[in-house]
Amino acid sequence: MDGFPILSVMLLVPLLAAMACFLVDARTARMVALVATLIDFALGVVLWCSYDIGGAQWQFVEKANVFSGFSYALGIDGIALTLIMLTVFLMPICILASWESVTKRVSEYMAAFLVMELLMIGVFAAQDIFLFYIMFEAGLIPMYLIIGVWGGDNRIYASYKFFLYTLLGSVLMLIAIFWMIQQAGTTDIPTLMQYDFPASAQTWLWLAFFASFAVKMPMWPVHTWLPDAHVQAPTAGSVILAGVLLKMGGYGFIRFSLPMFPEASAQFAWLVFALSMVAVVYTSLVALVQSDMKKLIAYSSVAHMAIVTVGLFAFNVQGLEGAMMVMLGHGLVSGALFLCVGVIYDRLHTREINRYGGLSINMPKYALFFMLFTMASVGLPGTSNFIGEFLALAGIYQISTFVALVCTTGIILGAAYMLYLYRRVAFGEQKNADAAAMPDLNAREWAMLAPIAAAVLWMGVYPESFLAPMRADIAALDARIARAAPESDSQLKIGTPTGKIANEIAHHEEPGEEGAH
Amino acid sequence: MQSILFIVFLPLLAAIVAGLTNKAAPSVFAKSITTGALFISCALSWPIFLGFVGGTAEAGVVPVLTWVKSGTLTFDWALRVDTLTAVMLVVITSVSALVHLYSWGYMDEDPDQPRFFAYLSLFTFAMLMLVTADNLVQMFFGWEGVGLASYLLIGFWFKKPSACAAAIKAFVVNRVGDLGFMLGIFGTWMVFQTTSIPEILEAAPGMTGATIGFLGYRMHTMDILCILLFIGAMGKSAQLGLHTWLPDAMEGPTPVSALIHAATMVTAGVFMVCRLSPMFEAAPVALGLVTFIGAATCFFAATIGTTQWDIKRVIAYSTCSQLGYMFFAAGVGAYGGAMFHLYTHAFFKALLFLGAGSVIHAMHHEQDMRYYGGLRKHIPLTFWAMMMGTLAITGVGIYDLHIGFAGFWSKDAIIEVAYARGTDLGQFAFWMGVFAALLTSFYSWRLMFLTFWGKPRWIESEHIQHSVHKTPEQAGEDTTGGYHPHESPVSMLIPLGVLSVGAVLAGQVFAPTFLDSEAFWNGAIFYNEGLIHAMHGVPVLVKYAAFIVMVTGLLGAYWAYIRNTSIPGKFVVQFRLVHRFVYNKWYFDELYNVLFVKPAFWLGRQFWQKGDVGTIDRFGPNGVAWVVAQGALVAKKVQSGYLYSYALIMLLGLVAAITWVLF
Repeated sequence: MDGFPILSVMLLVPLLAAMACFLVDARTARMVALVATLIDFALGVVLWCSYDIGGAQWQFVEKANVFSGFSYALGIDGIALTLIMLTVFLMPICILASWESVTKRVSEYMAAFLVMELLMIGVFAAQDIFLFYIMFEAGLIPMYLIIGVWGGDNRIYASYKFFLYTLLGSVLMLIAIFWMIQQAGTTDIPTLMQYDFPASAQTWLWLAFFASFAVKMPMWPVHTWLPDAHVQAPTAGSVILAGVLLKMGGYGFIRFSLPMFPEASAQFAWLVFALSMVAVVYTSLVALVQSDMKKLIAYSSVAHMAIVTVGLFAFNVQGLEGAMMVMLGHGLVSGALFLCVGVIYDRLHTREINRYGGLSINMPKYALFFMLFTMASVGLPGTSNFIGEFLALAGIYQISTFVALVCTTGIILGAAYMLYLYRRVAFGEQKNADAAAMPDLNAREWAMLAPIAAAVLWMGVYPESFLAPMRADIAALDARIARAAPESDSQLKIGTPTGKIANEIAHHEEPGEEGAH
Repeated sequence: MQSILFIVFLPLLAAIVAGLTNKAAPSVFAKSITTGALFISCALSWPIFLGFVGGTAEAGVVPVLTWVKSGTLTFDWALRVDTLTAVMLVVITSVSALVHLYSWGYMDEDPDQPRFFAYLSLFTFAMLMLVTADNLVQMFFGWEGVGLASYLLIGFWFKKPSACAAAIKAFVVNRVGDLGFMLGIFGTWMVFQTTSIPEILEAAPGMTGATIGFLGYRMHTMDILCILLFIGAMGKSAQLGLHTWLPDAMEGPTPVSALIHAATMVTAGVFMVCRLSPMFEAAPVALGLVTFIGAATCFFAATIGTTQWDIKRVIAYSTCSQLGYMFFAAGVGAYGGAMFHLYTHAFFKALLFLGAGSVIHAMHHEQDMRYYGGLRKHIPLTFWAMMMGTLAITGVGIYDLHIGFAGFWSKDAIIEVAYARGTDLGQFAFWMGVFAALLTSFYSWRLMFLTFWGKPRWIESEHIQHSVHKTPEQAGEDTTGGYHPHESPVSMLIPLGVLSVGAVLAGQVFAPTFLDSEAFWNGAIFYNEGLIHAMHGVPVLVKYAAFIVMVTGLLGAYWAYIRNTSIPGKFVVQFRLVHRFVYNKWYFDELYNVLFVKPAFWLGRQFWQKGDVGTIDRFGPNGVAWVVAQGALVAKKVQSGYLYSYALIMLLGLVAAITWVLF
């Protein structure tokens, strides 16, 4: 693999395919998009296989100076690798999900998705902070178009809300980036990650980045764009939004906020905890009363991403690895849940939960997949989300038992809203004739859901495949931020053992011993 | 030792094959492979158990696969076999194999049989993973896995709204317990830096003097850890406060109730406390809580059992109550006694449930005992099986002859050991246990008398009316309505027979092993030598206490339900309030509805409408949009196109600039 610019090729393939899409008709455009995303997936597998675990921190590095310090620099570590894998894995599935449901402006739609893929990979692979910023912000445009052009009835409102919310944070981030380059004299991300900014400057720099990442994440109370965006977006748009775009916030925290501003991160950890605790309880309860399937899953995403943020700011290995695993697991599971919604939306053209019911009867295969993803979303051990939630919560428990307690209530509330959803959709009598007449999954839908199901179980049973590449990078990050780690509220004091058991029985022969107990 | 791999994974394999083929193959295919797998597992389990009884087997661990390595938090998939596991293995595989067989007959007419059998086998796999766990996280995997299977099986008849509601309730209430379990695992790992159970147990005595912060309070480390873990046990084992899901779980098919909600899953909490017994012995306060909750549950559930009409609900509350016995036995330090009662209870309670299923099967799905009566002669084999179960649960036996049914050995030992413990809590548990034994005898015989004795009252039942196409008026004098209850098929009777043997003999044969043999347990549970001596030395009256109340309960039930059947009605009229309170299950469901369920939905709506829409959006994006729109209106006015207004603005700007520069 030496010398082969695999990351650039992964960016180039969707770009060329996107251009090609404009030149051909709808049917060919679909095919071009599918082939291109599959090639990217294959390249991703090659990337994963040839990633040297335990080797250099930054691998597959490419660098070309462009002008005045700005350079086209790519390179990945284990953290970026797993997120790139998530992206290239979900993309072909998104194309399949749009195969029949998108009928107008197909070429443009496919091109938008391919550009989206280019930008997402670019975000995770960029090693130049400007390049990152460009990719990060440009990602807004195709998503804005996908929602605004191919979305539902209220798509204009949703797309503007999405755009404005996310743009607002970015402006502050750009200012911070300028200041940082001025201060450190480089745009190179690995160098910046080692640079110690003065503690006073860290505070406002952290806040500027936070404004951007918190919106992307999204954290309470800047989450309200997400339900609207999800509801209006076409199925594949929702999958990419929940699956990958939300992860950019978490990636931002782990790549920028934590290593570059450790002291400020510790200083604001309690702000993050407070917002996350509110998010877990608040959005879970809101999810409970939704009557729109997509809105329900969107709110559940906010609750899950709150587990990511507490994990990240737990300042220990378990929290960080847990947060990463939640991001990967949630990417798969929420994506799959949106696909599940899409499957029945395509048939009945409504997201109203009450219009369905008893789908287990006429769609047993669908019900099985939906059950699996519901359980994964609930965090059942053996599925991907359990590993992440367990590690993230174990991480935060070491810092604060209170935060851990509040966030763990998410497992109760999560079970409540997801099972309540499942019950209304798949259980009960078939009360609507049209819902009862819907056919079960076809081959295309099988091809969408089965790979995700396999990945969800794989990640739950043998997460080592995903933890191993990022282990060294997480350890390095943990070592860097350890100096600022907040104090634990547990403070175990060993003391002298009593040497007694709880149910010590006094022997009747020796009544004198009684008093000793 | 490698056979444990087959014992555990055969049911999983069978579940996957049966579940995925589903209706693509005839249902006999799914039934055969799941039942076959379970019988193989069962056949492989008994030699392991007998090896431990005979003292030839040794404890060991079979590693399977790496699971998670995250810093110092590591846990693997591994199967641990020791005495405690071996006991659970035979209980789970035997009852499960018999329940699979029983379901051939019971579920015969159901169109979804492959799904049912796949769920049953999946459950068995999860339960086996739970009891073979070598670390706390794998135990949690099994813990949640059985929760999933329980959810799926309670909701098996998913068209019924009540079944769906019960399934969700079971899962969510269990999750409340799991919250405690998870926090307990986090805390335990943080304190011991390992999740390996043997390592934790070894280090636990060294932590008896330790303190730790929790939610801002400083507490004894072991107490808080054990209390958190015990909250998990309370959820799974339906102890007071988290018990509300168990009676509702009776919505599931009856074989499920026998397997999951009587013999195996609900005992997981007891298993957990016994598995971690050296840890709990380092936590006096936590054990006190275990004793108190166990004793309270055993009394509370028994009171409700005396008033219910649904045959399955009576047995469900009985299960709840018997689990209370196991917990307070563990609480006072008699882990062997707790496990012994778990073992015997598995046989006789599974028997009672399957017997009840046979009655329901015979009575055209009628479950209300008010519409039974006189069934003794119509379904004699079922009657005798139920009889054995009732004799076992009420603890019939003669102390001086050392002879008795299963419950006599295990329950009486628990009552004695509570007395022998000698503390105030022990006394409380003793009295609760004795009183609950009285009620146990009463409600068990009440069930028998209402079902099998007296005159038939069948025609009152809507199910029977549907079957014979008659109303009570049309039937007139003939209260049977012309209905003929039929004895169940052989596939249902064989399990009843096998379990009857267990209910009769399990206590007699295994009492010395479970209660008195430290060599048998061989360190798998904490063995309190002094307590066992004290148990054997309790006063004679204590030893007879259980026998006396058992006879009293029997006579009471006989008097009220055979001799003078007007008594129950008079009692209800006389003690209306008490009866209402008990009959309505102490109003727990209503209370929780008001305290948790309704507020959750109300808060959700408030947060959504008043929070997200009314505040965040209104003052956030929509507010900004409004400001921009208003600003645009102002700007529009300024851009009027008139030259003089532009000139004025230029002039003002010039003045402002000059002012700025000059001053």
